[in-house]
Amino acid sequence: MRLESLYQEVILDHYRHPHHKGLREPYDTEVHHVNPLCGDEVTLRVTLKDATGEPVVADVSYDALGCSISQASASVMSELIIGKTVPEAMSLAEEFLRLMQSKGQVEPDEEILGDGVAFAGVAKYPARIKCALLGWMAWKDATVQALEEQK
Amino acid sequence: MTVDVARIRKDFPILDRQVRDGQPLVYLDSANTSQKPRQVIERMDEFYERHNANIHRASHQLGEEATAAYEGARIKAAGFIGARDETEVVFTKNISEGINLVAYAMGNATAGQSGGSGSGRFRLGPGDEIVITEMEHHSNIVPWQLLCERTGATLRWFGVTDDGLLDLSQADELITERTRLVALAHQSNVLGTINPVREIADAAHAAGALVLVDAAQSVPHMPVNVQELGADFLGFTSHKMCGPTGIGVLWGRRELLEEMPPFLGGGEMIESVWMDHSTFAPPPHKFEAGTMPIAEAAGLDAAMDYLTDVGLDAVRAHERDLIACALDALGTVPGLRVLGPSDPAVRGAAISFTLEDVHPHDISQVLDEHGVAVRAGHHCAWPLHRRFGIQASTRASFYLYNTTAEVGALVDGIRRAQRFFGGD
Repeated sequence: MRLESLYQEVILDHYRHPHHKGLREPYDTEVHHVNPLCGDEVTLRVTLKDATGEPVVADVSYDALGCSISQASASVMSELIIGKTVPEAMSLAEEFLRLMQSKGQVEPDEEILGDGVAFAGVAKYPARIKCALLGWMAWKDATVQALEEQK
Repeated sequence: MTVDVARIRKDFPILDRQVRDGQPLVYLDSANTSQKPRQVIERMDEFYERHNANIHRASHQLGEEATAAYEGARIKAAGFIGARDETEVVFTKNISEGINLVAYAMGNATAGQSGGSGSGRFRLGPGDEIVITEMEHHSNIVPWQLLCERTGATLRWFGVTDDGLLDLSQADELITERTRLVALAHQSNVLGTINPVREIADAAHAAGALVLVDAAQSVPHMPVNVQELGADFLGFTSHKMCGPTGIGVLWGRRELLEEMPPFLGGGEMIESVWMDHSTFAPPPHKFEAGTMPIAEAAGLDAAMDYLTDVGLDAVRAHERDLIACALDALGTVPGLRVLGPSDPAVRGAAISFTLEDVHPHDISQVLDEHGVAVRAGHHCAWPLHRRFGIQASTRASFYLYNTTAEVGALVDGIRRAQRFFGGD
């Protein structure tokens, strides 16, 4: 059934038991993003550290109000990118964006996107793509700001 | 008078459609936009196939026919809402544009532009107040915020009670000699609440203020008479009343339209143009710059014919039955909370609700999977949702073509969503 292809078990699990949810201290930058279409919102904090000359995503924490897709996506994203270097995490964000814009025509690579592949079905529902991207866009924004501040 | 729903449904070709792999369409999103009967579609086809030309400026037979179609729709609209005559009816793109027209005309008057000798009554400044309500659609909030920013006037608003009614206990404190305009919805697009416009209009007039009524959600669903409401301006939009998108109506009292400076400048709204200044056509043409939606006017004309034939009293009676049925059925779902009044006598057929632990977007997705089209989100009424401490709601909205069986489909779908997302 189509509903199950959209709401895969992985998404429902992350929705019911979100990872990294709850705002944490300390942090470098905090952003607040909303989806003006539906009112979903996320407040997201990013902490970067720079041990080896390359910035690393040390922590991502967030507080979000929204549908299962936006909640689960923020949870999956945090799992994926915490501990990655910023360039690695940015390329994951690009990969996820590409998947969302694929209209369901791209076979996602689980090696790269991990639980993120569960969102492949969302790409077939144009109204829901922004839900899946809300957390990612907030993270990119917060990270760009954090990098600016470090300059 | 009753509505023969089975017969009416035959007039709406789209209601035969199947969606999402063979599910019959259950269209419960008419507060968003209504479906169109073939009478409207055919009238627009006929216009393009037989009469298409530009209006007023084409000196040939087709131009005459197109002008007659367009101006005929204006005459019909005037009768439809009880205007004094058709010169009080301005065609706009939609009601948002109609409200902006009044707001910008007031801003232009403030900046010193003149419409007529009495345009001073539209000038605003610090100390002046505009009063709206917390249940307004963004289109009846944002234009006034912008106007207040431009003029230094202050925006104030009626609150909403827990039952989803306007808090009229604030009326004496809100409507004062400082009030210049009161703008409110006749019927809330979220709560369904039918507001006591006449009572508020009388208070506003006693204080010397003007009254603008957003009737986008009432004109399609019940008989509306601008004189009985005591309005000075009233706007509605064609696409929510079986007509096409792209055209709406702003009705205004003739003497006000005469005094107001124009909003958009351009062709057809002028009397004379020199290189350094212009004079303007009398209303309504003063407010209709550029080529207007002509085929859409013909379509709106057909929509008004259609609703008049069915009878707006009958439409209202049919919807009241649907509301009662829907409120009863929704009341059986555990964890479901309906926003707005529970008495069908004081509410229209837009029914918004929240469901414990299931987000509106997820409910609407499950409903859509079963062919039931509803709207999820804040419905362009974000402040109202904040007032109720929620971010979003699901809205099912009914119209003359909906049936009690479709209420059943809605409630079945909601229960499915609850089962789907309720598990752990």
